[in-house]
Amino acid sequence: MAYIELNEVTYTYPLMKEPALQNISCSLELGKFYGVIGENAGGKTTFCNLLRGLIPHFYNGKLLGDMTINGEDIRKIDVDILSTKMGYIFQNPFTQISGVRKTVFEEIALGLENLGVPKAQMIEKVIEVAKLLKIEELLLNDPNRLSGGQRQRVAFASIIAMDSDIFVIDEPTSQLDPEGTERIFEIIHMLKEQGKTIILVEHKVDLIAEYADEVLVFQKGRLLKKGDARTVLSDLELLEHGTMLPQAVILERELRLNGIVLPKVPVTTEECIDLLRKGDVGYESN
Amino acid sequence: MNQIELRNASFQYPNGFLANDDLNLIVKRGERVAIVGQNGAGKTTAVKMMNGLHKPCKGDVLVEGRNTKDYTTAQIARQVGYVFQNPDDQIFNQTVYAEIAYMPKYYKMAEKEVDKRVKEVAELLEIETYLKMNPFEIPYVTRKFVTIAAILATKPQYIILDEPTAGQDLTGIKVLTRVLEELEKIEIGVVTITHDMEFAANNFERVVAMANKKIIKDGNVRDIFSDDDILRQSKIKRPGIGQIADSIGLGKDILNAREFVKRYKEVTAP
Repeated sequence: MAYIELNEVTYTYPLMKEPALQNISCSLELGKFYGVIGENAGGKTTFCNLLRGLIPHFYNGKLLGDMTINGEDIRKIDVDILSTKMGYIFQNPFTQISGVRKTVFEEIALGLENLGVPKAQMIEKVIEVAKLLKIEELLLNDPNRLSGGQRQRVAFASIIAMDSDIFVIDEPTSQLDPEGTERIFEIIHMLKEQGKTIILVEHKVDLIAEYADEVLVFQKGRLLKKGDARTVLSDLELLEHGTMLPQAVILERELRLNGIVLPKVPVTTEECIDLLRKGDVGYESN
Repeated sequence: MNQIELRNASFQYPNGFLANDDLNLIVKRGERVAIVGQNGAGKTTAVKMMNGLHKPCKGDVLVEGRNTKDYTTAQIARQVGYVFQNPDDQIFNQTVYAEIAYMPKYYKMAEKEVDKRVKEVAELLEIETYLKMNPFEIPYVTRKFVTIAAILATKPQYIILDEPTAGQDLTGIKVLTRVLEELEKIEIGVVTITHDMEFAANNFERVVAMANKKIIKDGNVRDIFSDDDILRQSKIKRPGIGQIADSIGLGKDILNAREFVKRYKEVTAP
Protein backbone atom coordinates (compact mmCIF):
# COMPACT_ATOMS: atom_id res chain seq x y z
CA MET A 1 0.00 0.00 0.00
CA ALA A 2 1.25 3.47 -0.82
CA TYR A 3 2.59 5.32 2.22
CA ILE A 4 3.79 8.46 0.47
CA GLU A 5 1.73 9.77 -2.43
CA LEU A 6 2.46 12.67 -4.75
CA ASN A 7 -0.06 13.90 -7.24
CA GLU A 8 1.00 16.52 -9.81
CA VAL A 9 3.41 18.15 -7.37
CA THR A 10 5.24 21.24 -8.60
CA TYR A 11 7.55 23.22 -6.34
CA THR A 12 9.44 26.47 -6.85
CA TYR A 13 12.03 27.74 -4.35
CA PRO A 14 11.62 31.34 -3.09
CA LEU A 15 12.93 33.96 -5.55
CA MET A 16 13.39 31.38 -8.30
CA LYS A 17 11.56 31.57 -11.62
CA GLU A 18 11.82 27.96 -12.69
CA PRO A 19 10.30 25.19 -10.59
CA ALA A 20 12.78 22.74 -9.06
CA LEU A 21 10.20 19.96 -9.36
CA GLN A 22 7.52 19.77 -12.00
CA ASN A 23 4.36 17.62 -12.15
CA ILE A 24 5.68 14.81 -10.01
CA SER A 25 3.21 11.98 -9.49
CA CYS A 26 4.33 8.80 -7.80
CA SER A 27 3.76 6.63 -4.78
CA LEU A 28 6.22 5.01 -2.40
CA GLU A 29 5.51 1.93 -0.31
CA LEU A 30 6.75 0.97 3.12
CA GLY A 31 9.58 -1.54 3.36
CA LYS A 32 11.04 -0.91 -0.07
CA PHE A 33 14.47 0.36 -1.05
CA TYR A 34 14.24 3.18 -3.58
CA GLY A 35 17.31 4.42 -5.43
CA VAL A 36 17.07 8.03 -6.64
CA ILE A 37 19.41 8.91 -9.51
CA GLY A 38 19.72 11.46 -12.28
CA GLU A 39 21.75 14.42 -13.44
CA ASN A 40 22.95 17.16 -11.08
CA ALA A 41 20.33 19.80 -10.33
CA GLY A 42 17.69 17.40 -11.66
CA GLY A 43 15.55 17.66 -8.53
CA LYS A 44 16.81 14.76 -6.41
CA THR A 45 17.62 16.77 -3.28
CA THR A 46 14.43 18.84 -3.61
CA PHE A 47 12.47 15.58 -3.75
CA CYS A 48 14.17 14.56 -0.48
CA ASN A 49 13.34 17.93 1.11
CA LEU A 50 9.72 17.37 0.20
CA LEU A 51 9.57 13.86 1.66
CA ARG A 52 11.09 15.09 4.86
CA GLY A 53 8.60 18.00 5.13
CA LEU A 54 11.36 20.62 4.89
CA ILE A 55 9.27 21.73 1.94
CA PRO A 56 6.89 23.47 2.64
CA HIS A 57 7.61 23.84 6.39
CA PHE A 58 11.17 25.19 6.30
CA TYR A 59 11.54 26.42 2.71
CA ASN A 60 8.68 28.68 1.73
CA GLY A 61 8.35 28.94 -2.03
CA LYS A 62 5.37 27.79 -4.05
CA LEU A 63 3.98 24.28 -3.71
CA LEU A 64 1.27 23.07 -6.07
CA GLY A 65 -0.46 19.69 -6.25
CA ASP A 66 -1.22 17.19 -3.52
CA MET A 67 1.04 15.16 -1.34
CA THR A 68 0.24 12.88 1.57
CA ILE A 69 2.34 10.89 4.00
CA ASN A 70 0.38 8.06 5.62
CA GLY A 71 -2.78 9.81 4.45
CA GLU A 72 -1.88 13.15 6.04
CA ASP A 73 -1.64 16.28 3.93
CA ILE A 74 1.99 17.43 3.82
CA ARG A 75 0.89 21.03 4.35
CA LYS A 76 -0.82 20.18 7.65
CA ILE A 77 1.57 17.56 8.92
CA ASP A 78 3.37 18.09 12.25
CA VAL A 79 7.03 18.18 11.21
CA ASP A 80 8.26 17.37 14.71
CA ILE A 81 6.36 14.10 14.65
CA LEU A 82 7.43 13.52 11.04
CA SER A 83 11.07 13.95 12.02
CA THR A 84 10.84 11.03 14.45
CA LYS A 85 9.39 8.79 11.75
CA MET A 86 11.69 9.89 9.00
CA GLY A 87 15.44 10.15 9.41
CA TYR A 88 17.18 12.48 6.97
CA ILE A 89 20.86 12.23 6.18
CA PHE A 90 22.06 15.33 4.36
CA GLN A 91 24.15 15.37 1.21
CA ASN A 92 26.86 17.46 2.78
CA PRO A 93 28.11 15.84 5.99
CA PHE A 94 29.64 19.16 6.97
CA THR A 95 26.08 20.55 7.33
CA GLN A 96 24.80 17.69 9.41
CA ILE A 97 27.27 17.93 12.27
CA SER A 98 25.59 20.18 14.83
CA GLY A 99 28.74 22.10 15.78
CA VAL A 100 27.49 22.47 19.35
CA ARG A 101 28.81 19.21 20.75
CA LYS A 102 32.35 18.58 21.92
CA THR A 103 32.59 14.86 21.24
CA VAL A 104 31.37 12.44 18.60
CA PHE A 105 29.60 10.55 21.40
CA GLU A 106 27.54 13.61 22.33
CA GLU A 107 26.91 14.38 18.68
CA ILE A 108 25.38 10.96 18.07
CA ALA A 109 23.38 11.24 21.31
CA LEU A 110 22.00 14.69 20.45
CA GLY A 111 18.85 13.51 18.66
CA LEU A 112 18.08 10.90 21.33
CA GLU A 113 18.54 13.51 24.04
CA ASN A 114 16.02 15.75 22.32
CA LEU A 115 13.53 12.90 22.32
CA GLY A 116 14.05 12.43 26.07
CA VAL A 117 15.47 8.91 25.83
CA PRO A 118 16.71 7.71 29.28
CA LYS A 119 20.47 8.05 29.79
CA ALA A 120 21.36 4.35 30.14
CA GLN A 121 19.42 3.49 27.00
CA MET A 122 20.99 6.42 25.17
CA ILE A 123 24.54 5.32 26.01
CA GLU A 124 23.76 1.79 24.92
CA LYS A 125 22.36 3.00 21.60
CA VAL A 126 25.31 5.29 20.84
CA ILE A 127 27.78 2.46 21.45
CA GLU A 128 25.71 0.11 19.32
CA VAL A 129 25.64 2.38 16.26
CA ALA A 130 29.29 3.38 16.71
CA LYS A 131 30.23 -0.30 16.50
CA LEU A 132 28.03 -0.76 13.48
CA LEU A 133 29.74 2.09 11.66
CA LYS A 134 33.19 1.22 12.98
CA ILE A 135 33.74 4.61 14.58
CA GLU A 136 34.17 3.49 18.21
CA GLU A 137 37.70 4.90 18.26
CA LEU A 138 36.33 8.33 17.29
CA LEU A 139 33.76 8.60 20.10
CA LEU A 140 35.84 10.97 22.21
CA ASN A 141 37.07 13.07 19.28
CA ASP A 142 35.88 16.57 18.42
CA PRO A 143 33.25 16.23 15.64
CA ASN A 144 34.53 19.42 14.02
CA ARG A 145 38.01 18.01 13.60
CA LEU A 146 37.19 14.91 11.60
CA SER A 147 38.08 14.06 8.01
CA GLY A 148 35.33 14.22 5.36
CA GLY A 149 34.88 10.46 5.42
CA GLN A 150 34.75 10.30 9.21
CA ARG A 151 32.17 13.09 9.37
CA GLN A 152 30.04 11.26 6.88
CA ARG A 153 30.03 8.16 9.08
CA VAL A 154 29.27 10.19 12.23
CA ALA A 155 26.37 11.95 10.47
CA PHE A 156 25.07 8.55 9.41
CA ALA A 157 25.42 7.16 12.94
CA SER A 158 23.48 10.03 14.50
CA ILE A 159 20.50 9.35 12.23
CA ILE A 160 20.61 5.55 12.57
CA ALA A 161 20.54 6.03 16.36
CA MET A 162 17.11 7.66 16.02
CA ASP A 163 15.65 4.33 14.83
CA SER A 164 13.22 5.90 12.34
CA ASP A 165 10.89 3.87 10.10
CA ILE A 166 11.93 5.65 6.95
CA PHE A 167 15.40 6.83 5.99
CA VAL A 168 15.89 9.54 3.41
CA ILE A 169 19.58 9.49 2.58
CA ASP A 170 21.19 12.00 0.25
CA GLU A 171 24.55 10.79 -1.11
CA PRO A 172 25.95 9.20 2.02
CA THR A 173 29.13 7.92 0.42
CA SER A 174 30.44 10.85 -1.62
CA GLN A 175 33.48 11.26 0.65
CA LEU A 176 34.11 7.58 1.32
CA ASP A 177 36.62 5.09 -0.05
CA PRO A 178 35.30 1.92 -1.74
CA GLU A 179 35.44 -0.11 1.46
CA GLY A 180 33.65 2.55 3.50
CA THR A 181 31.06 2.87 0.73
CA GLU A 182 30.31 -0.84 0.74
CA ARG A 183 30.02 -0.82 4.50
CA ILE A 184 27.37 1.94 4.28
CA PHE A 185 25.46 -0.04 1.64
CA GLU A 186 25.59 -3.15 3.83
CA ILE A 187 24.15 -1.15 6.72
CA ILE A 188 21.43 0.33 4.51
CA HIS A 189 20.65 -3.19 3.31
CA MET A 190 20.48 -4.35 6.94
CA LEU A 191 18.03 -1.52 7.73
CA LYS A 192 15.89 -2.67 4.83
CA GLU A 193 15.97 -6.26 6.12
CA GLN A 194 14.64 -4.90 9.41
CA GLY A 195 11.63 -3.62 7.48
CA LYS A 196 12.74 0.00 7.16
CA THR A 197 11.96 2.03 4.07
CA ILE A 198 14.97 3.48 2.27
CA ILE A 199 15.03 6.41 -0.12
CA LEU A 200 18.61 6.83 -1.25
CA VAL A 201 20.08 9.44 -3.58
CA GLU A 202 23.30 8.05 -4.97
CA HIS A 203 25.46 8.40 -8.08
CA LYS A 204 27.13 5.03 -7.54
CA VAL A 205 24.72 3.15 -9.77
CA ASP A 206 26.60 -0.14 -9.49
CA LEU A 207 25.61 -0.34 -5.85
CA ILE A 208 22.07 0.85 -6.55
CA ALA A 209 21.81 -2.00 -9.08
CA GLU A 210 22.88 -4.45 -6.41
CA TYR A 211 20.62 -3.34 -3.58
CA ALA A 212 17.63 -1.21 -4.67
CA ASP A 213 14.15 -2.57 -5.42
CA GLU A 214 13.04 0.39 -7.48
CA VAL A 215 14.78 3.32 -9.13
CA LEU A 216 13.52 6.86 -9.74
CA VAL A 217 15.33 8.99 -12.32
CA PHE A 218 15.04 12.76 -12.11
CA GLN A 219 15.91 15.08 -14.94
CA LYS A 220 15.41 18.82 -15.15
CA GLY A 221 12.90 18.75 -12.32
CA ARG A 222 10.81 15.96 -13.80
CA LEU A 223 10.48 12.32 -12.91
CA LEU A 224 11.89 10.81 -16.10
CA LYS A 225 11.47 7.17 -15.07
CA LYS A 226 10.33 5.04 -12.18
CA GLY A 227 10.36 1.28 -12.16
CA ASP A 228 12.12 -1.87 -11.02
CA ALA A 229 15.87 -1.44 -10.75
CA ARG A 230 16.75 -3.86 -13.57
CA THR A 231 14.51 -2.26 -16.18
CA VAL A 232 15.50 1.32 -15.38
CA LEU A 233 19.24 0.72 -15.02
CA SER A 234 19.57 -1.17 -18.30
CA ASP A 235 17.97 1.69 -20.24
CA LEU A 236 20.79 3.10 -22.39
CA GLU A 237 18.76 6.24 -23.03
CA LEU A 238 19.72 7.45 -19.55
CA LEU A 239 23.31 8.00 -20.69
CA GLU A 240 22.02 10.79 -22.92
CA HIS A 241 20.50 12.46 -19.87
CA GLY A 242 23.76 12.73 -17.94
CA THR A 243 23.07 9.66 -15.81
CA MET A 244 25.71 6.98 -15.43
CA LEU A 245 24.71 3.33 -15.85
CA PRO A 246 26.25 0.31 -14.10
CA GLN A 247 29.63 -0.85 -15.42
CA ALA A 248 28.06 -4.22 -16.37
CA VAL A 249 25.58 -2.43 -18.66
CA ILE A 250 28.35 -0.34 -20.22
CA LEU A 251 30.39 -3.49 -20.86
CA GLU A 252 27.42 -5.36 -22.36
CA ARG A 253 26.86 -2.48 -24.78
CA GLU A 254 30.52 -2.46 -25.86
CA LEU A 255 30.48 -6.26 -26.33
CA ARG A 256 27.29 -6.07 -28.37
CA LEU A 257 28.67 -3.30 -30.58
CA ASN A 258 31.52 -5.69 -31.32
CA GLY A 259 29.25 -8.59 -32.22
CA ILE A 260 29.46 -10.38 -28.86
CA VAL A 261 25.97 -10.94 -27.46
CA LEU A 262 25.08 -11.94 -23.91
CA PRO A 263 21.75 -13.77 -23.35
CA LYS A 264 20.49 -10.81 -21.30
CA VAL A 265 21.69 -7.41 -20.12
CA PRO A 266 23.45 -7.86 -16.75
CA VAL A 267 22.96 -4.95 -14.32
CA THR A 268 25.32 -6.02 -11.55
CA THR A 269 28.99 -6.95 -11.74
CA GLU A 270 28.25 -10.37 -10.22
CA GLU A 271 25.60 -11.12 -12.82
CA CYS A 272 27.94 -10.09 -15.62
CA ILE A 273 30.69 -12.36 -14.30
CA ASP A 274 28.19 -15.24 -14.06
CA LEU A 275 27.03 -14.86 -17.65
CA LEU A 276 30.55 -14.63 -19.02
CA ARG A 277 31.75 -17.59 -16.92
CA LYS A 278 28.95 -19.78 -18.20
CA GLY A 279 30.16 -18.92 -21.68
CA ASP A 280 26.57 -18.49 -22.80
CA VAL A 281 27.66 -15.97 -25.39
CA GLY A 282 26.45 -15.52 -28.97
CA TYR A 283 28.33 -13.98 -31.87
CA GLU A 284 26.95 -11.76 -34.59
CA SER A 285 28.94 -10.63 -37.58
CA ASN A 286 29.12 -6.86 -37.87
CA MET B 1 63.17 23.11 -10.95
CA ASN B 2 59.68 23.11 -12.44
CA GLN B 3 58.34 20.72 -9.86
CA ILE B 4 56.92 20.18 -6.39
CA GLU B 5 59.06 17.87 -4.32
CA LEU B 6 58.26 16.15 -1.05
CA ARG B 7 61.62 15.09 0.39
CA ASN B 8 61.35 12.67 3.33
CA ALA B 9 58.43 14.80 4.45
CA SER B 10 56.48 13.88 7.60
CA PHE B 11 53.64 15.74 9.23
CA GLN B 12 52.29 15.53 12.74
CA TYR B 13 49.16 17.38 13.88
CA PRO B 14 49.45 19.52 17.04
CA ASN B 15 47.58 16.81 19.00
CA GLY B 16 50.45 14.43 18.27
CA PHE B 17 48.75 12.48 15.50
CA LEU B 18 51.27 11.53 12.81
CA ALA B 19 49.42 11.76 9.47
CA ASN B 20 52.28 11.50 6.96
CA ASP B 21 55.41 9.46 7.49
CA ASP B 22 58.45 10.04 5.29
CA LEU B 23 56.87 10.88 1.94
CA ASN B 24 58.95 11.20 -1.21
CA LEU B 25 57.19 12.47 -4.30
CA ILE B 26 57.90 14.69 -7.28
CA VAL B 27 55.18 16.30 -9.40
CA LYS B 28 56.30 18.21 -12.47
CA ARG B 29 54.51 21.11 -14.14
CA GLY B 30 52.06 19.86 -16.76
CA GLU B 31 51.90 16.43 -15.13
CA ARG B 32 48.76 14.75 -13.76
CA VAL B 33 48.87 12.60 -10.67
CA ALA B 34 46.00 10.83 -8.90
CA ILE B 35 46.40 9.99 -5.20
CA VAL B 36 44.32 7.03 -4.04
CA GLY B 37 43.92 5.15 -0.78
CA GLN B 38 41.48 4.55 2.04
CA ASN B 39 40.00 7.26 4.27
CA GLY B 40 42.57 8.29 6.83
CA ALA B 41 45.58 7.14 4.76
CA GLY B 42 47.00 10.68 4.80
CA LYS B 43 46.04 11.89 1.30
CA THR B 44 44.59 15.27 2.28
CA THR B 45 47.47 15.98 4.69
CA ALA B 46 49.99 15.20 1.93
CA VAL B 47 48.43 17.65 -0.54
CA LYS B 48 48.16 20.30 2.16
CA MET B 49 51.93 20.02 2.54
CA MET B 50 52.29 20.66 -1.20
CA ASN B 51 50.64 24.07 -0.99
CA GLY B 52 52.17 25.14 2.32
CA LEU B 53 48.98 24.83 4.41
CA HIS B 54 50.96 22.31 6.43
CA LYS B 55 54.71 22.63 6.91
CA PRO B 56 56.52 19.30 7.35
CA CYS B 57 57.75 18.53 10.87
CA LYS B 58 60.53 16.43 9.35
CA GLY B 59 62.00 16.61 5.86
CA ASP B 60 61.26 19.32 3.29
CA VAL B 61 58.74 20.37 0.70
CA LEU B 62 60.15 22.31 -2.24
CA VAL B 63 57.86 24.19 -4.62
CA GLU B 64 59.83 25.20 -7.71
CA GLY B 65 62.92 25.13 -5.52
CA ARG B 66 61.42 27.23 -2.71
CA ASN B 67 61.35 25.47 0.64
CA THR B 68 57.81 25.92 2.02
CA LYS B 69 59.29 26.45 5.50
CA ASP B 70 60.84 29.73 4.34
CA TYR B 71 57.63 31.17 2.86
CA THR B 72 54.16 31.97 4.09
CA THR B 73 51.22 29.80 3.04
CA ALA B 74 49.87 32.76 1.06
CA GLN B 75 53.10 32.96 -0.95
CA ILE B 76 53.11 29.24 -1.76
CA ALA B 77 49.36 29.16 -2.39
CA ARG B 78 49.82 31.57 -5.27
CA GLN B 79 51.88 28.88 -7.01
CA VAL B 80 49.91 25.87 -5.81
CA GLY B 81 46.14 26.35 -5.77
CA TYR B 82 44.13 24.09 -3.51
CA VAL B 83 40.48 23.30 -4.16
CA PHE B 84 38.91 22.19 -0.90
CA GLN B 85 37.03 18.92 -0.54
CA ASN B 86 34.03 20.86 0.76
CA PRO B 87 33.26 23.89 -1.44
CA ASP B 88 31.48 25.60 1.46
CA ASP B 89 34.83 25.88 3.29
CA GLN B 90 36.08 28.03 0.45
CA ILE B 91 33.19 30.20 -0.81
CA PHE B 92 32.41 33.48 0.93
CA ASN B 93 31.40 36.02 -1.74
CA GLN B 94 27.87 37.16 -2.65
CA THR B 95 27.94 36.16 -6.31
CA VAL B 96 29.68 33.50 -8.32
CA TYR B 97 31.37 36.28 -10.31
CA ALA B 98 32.71 37.98 -7.18
CA GLU B 99 33.92 34.66 -5.82
CA ILE B 100 35.97 33.93 -8.94
CA ALA B 101 37.18 37.54 -9.27
CA TYR B 102 38.24 37.80 -5.63
CA MET B 103 41.79 36.46 -5.78
CA PRO B 104 42.77 38.06 -9.12
CA LYS B 105 41.58 41.39 -7.64
CA TYR B 106 43.49 40.69 -4.44
CA TYR B 107 46.59 40.20 -6.59
CA LYS B 108 45.84 43.69 -7.97
CA MET B 109 45.23 42.68 -11.55
CA ALA B 110 43.69 45.25 -13.87
CA GLU B 111 39.89 45.14 -13.92
CA LYS B 112 39.76 44.22 -17.61
CA GLU B 113 42.14 41.33 -17.07
CA VAL B 114 40.10 40.15 -14.07
CA ASP B 115 36.91 40.20 -16.13
CA LYS B 116 38.57 38.29 -18.97
CA ARG B 117 39.85 35.62 -16.60
CA VAL B 118 36.52 35.18 -14.83
CA LYS B 119 34.79 34.65 -18.16
CA GLU B 120 37.48 32.26 -19.42
CA VAL B 121 37.38 29.97 -16.41
CA ALA B 122 33.58 30.14 -16.15
CA GLU B 123 33.37 28.97 -19.75
CA LEU B 124 35.87 26.19 -19.12
CA LEU B 125 33.79 24.89 -16.21
CA GLU B 126 30.45 25.54 -17.93
CA ILE B 127 29.15 27.79 -15.17
CA GLU B 128 28.67 31.01 -17.22
CA THR B 129 24.92 31.03 -16.55
CA TYR B 130 25.50 31.13 -12.80
CA LEU B 131 27.84 34.16 -12.69
CA LYS B 132 25.25 36.60 -11.31
CA MET B 133 23.80 34.18 -8.78
CA ASN B 134 24.58 33.73 -5.13
CA PRO B 135 26.86 30.68 -4.82
CA PHE B 136 24.57 29.23 -2.18
CA GLU B 137 21.59 29.25 -4.55
CA ILE B 138 23.24 26.84 -6.94
CA PRO B 139 23.58 23.07 -6.41
CA TYR B 140 26.30 21.79 -4.11
CA VAL B 141 28.16 19.99 -6.89
CA THR B 142 28.11 23.08 -9.11
CA ARG B 143 29.59 25.07 -6.22
CA LYS B 144 32.54 22.71 -6.45
CA PHE B 145 33.08 23.91 -10.03
CA VAL B 146 32.90 27.51 -8.80
CA THR B 147 35.76 26.79 -6.40
CA ILE B 148 37.82 25.18 -9.16
CA ALA B 149 37.19 28.22 -11.37
CA ALA B 150 38.16 30.58 -8.53
CA ILE B 151 41.51 28.83 -8.13
CA LEU B 152 42.20 28.64 -11.88
CA ALA B 153 41.51 32.37 -12.21
CA THR B 154 44.66 33.01 -10.16
CA LYS B 155 46.72 31.16 -12.82
CA PRO B 156 48.59 28.86 -10.45
CA GLN B 157 51.47 26.65 -11.64
CA TYR B 158 49.85 23.66 -9.94
CA ILE B 159 46.33 22.86 -8.80
CA ILE B 160 45.22 20.36 -6.19
CA LEU B 161 41.75 18.89 -6.49
CA ASP B 162 40.39 17.09 -3.44
CA GLU B 163 37.69 14.61 -4.50
CA PRO B 164 36.49 16.52 -7.58
CA THR B 165 34.10 13.79 -8.78
CA ALA B 166 32.22 13.38 -5.47
CA GLY B 167 28.54 13.72 -6.31
CA GLN B 168 29.14 14.59 -9.97
CA ASP B 169 26.95 13.12 -12.68
CA LEU B 170 28.14 11.94 -16.09
CA THR B 171 28.04 15.48 -17.49
CA GLY B 172 30.06 16.83 -14.54
CA ILE B 173 32.68 14.13 -15.00
CA LYS B 174 32.93 14.99 -18.71
CA VAL B 175 33.54 18.64 -17.78
CA LEU B 176 36.28 17.59 -15.35
CA THR B 177 37.90 15.39 -17.98
CA ARG B 178 38.01 18.33 -20.38
CA VAL B 179 39.37 20.64 -17.66
CA LEU B 180 42.23 18.18 -17.06
CA GLU B 181 43.06 18.15 -20.77
CA GLU B 182 43.07 21.96 -20.94
CA LEU B 183 45.31 22.22 -17.88
CA GLU B 184 47.77 19.80 -19.39
CA LYS B 185 47.94 21.95 -22.54
CA ILE B 186 48.84 25.05 -20.54
CA GLU B 187 51.36 23.11 -18.45
CA ILE B 188 49.60 23.32 -15.11
CA GLY B 189 50.49 20.41 -12.82
CA VAL B 190 47.45 18.62 -11.36
CA VAL B 191 47.28 16.52 -8.22
CA THR B 192 43.91 14.88 -7.60
CA ILE B 193 42.73 12.94 -4.60
CA THR B 194 40.04 10.51 -5.67
CA HIS B 195 38.04 7.52 -4.56
CA ASP B 196 36.59 7.18 -8.04
CA MET B 197 38.59 4.38 -9.65
CA GLU B 198 36.93 4.71 -13.07
CA PHE B 199 37.88 8.41 -13.09
CA ALA B 200 41.47 7.58 -12.09
CA ALA B 201 41.76 4.82 -14.69
CA ASN B 202 40.35 6.96 -17.50
CA ASN B 203 42.19 10.21 -16.81
CA PHE B 204 45.51 9.52 -15.10
CA GLU B 205 48.60 7.70 -16.26
CA ARG B 206 50.36 8.14 -12.97
CA VAL B 207 48.79 7.01 -9.70
CA VAL B 208 50.16 7.26 -6.17
CA ALA B 209 48.74 4.73 -3.72
CA MET B 210 48.82 5.63 -0.03
CA ALA B 211 48.19 3.45 3.00
CA ASN B 212 48.67 4.07 6.67
CA LYS B 213 50.47 7.47 6.41
CA LYS B 214 52.90 6.31 3.70
CA ILE B 215 53.20 6.16 -0.07
CA ILE B 216 53.22 2.47 -0.87
CA LYS B 217 53.47 2.75 -4.65
CA ASP B 218 53.98 5.50 -7.20
CA GLY B 219 53.66 4.31 -10.76
CA ASN B 220 51.73 3.68 -13.93
CA VAL B 221 47.97 3.37 -13.46
CA ARG B 222 47.91 -0.08 -15.07
CA ASP B 223 50.69 -1.40 -12.85
CA ILE B 224 48.90 -0.15 -9.74
CA PHE B 225 45.54 -1.65 -10.66
CA SER B 226 47.23 -4.94 -11.67
CA ASP B 227 48.89 -5.35 -8.30
CA ASP B 228 46.59 -7.24 -5.91
CA ASP B 229 48.93 -6.59 -3.01
CA ILE B 230 48.85 -2.81 -3.49
CA LEU B 231 45.05 -2.84 -3.90
CA ARG B 232 44.69 -4.82 -0.69
CA GLN B 233 47.03 -2.60 1.32
CA SER B 234 45.56 0.69 0.13
CA LYS B 235 42.02 -0.76 0.23
CA ILE B 236 41.15 0.37 -3.25
CA LYS B 237 39.54 -1.64 -6.00
CA ARG B 238 40.03 -2.10 -9.71
CA PRO B 239 37.59 -0.21 -11.92
CA GLY B 240 34.36 -2.27 -12.23
CA ILE B 241 35.14 -3.62 -15.69
CA GLY B 242 38.65 -4.55 -14.51
CA GLN B 243 37.05 -6.56 -11.70
CA ILE B 244 34.90 -8.44 -14.21
CA ALA B 245 37.96 -9.13 -16.41
CA ASP B 246 39.96 -10.42 -13.45
CA SER B 247 37.11 -12.64 -12.24
CA ILE B 248 36.79 -14.44 -15.58
CA GLY B 249 40.54 -14.83 -16.04
CA LEU B 250 41.11 -12.21 -18.75
CA GLY B 251 43.91 -10.62 -16.74
CA LYS B 252 44.34 -8.04 -14.02
CA ASP B 253 45.38 -5.16 -16.25
CA ILE B 254 42.09 -4.25 -17.99
CA LEU B 255 40.98 -0.68 -17.28
CA ASN B 256 37.90 -0.13 -19.46
CA ALA B 257 35.25 -1.68 -21.74
CA ARG B 258 37.26 -1.18 -24.93
CA GLU B 259 40.28 -3.02 -23.54
CA PHE B 260 37.99 -5.72 -22.20
CA VAL B 261 36.45 -6.42 -25.62
CA LYS B 262 39.85 -6.47 -27.34
CA ARG B 263 41.24 -9.00 -24.86
CA TYR B 264 38.06 -11.06 -24.90
CA LYS B 265 38.28 -11.38 -28.69
CA GLU B 266 41.96 -12.37 -28.53
CA VAL B 267 41.29 -15.02 -25.91
CA THR B 268 38.17 -16.51 -27.49
CA ALA B 269 39.31 -16.32 -31.13
CA PRO B 270 39.31 -19.72 -32.80
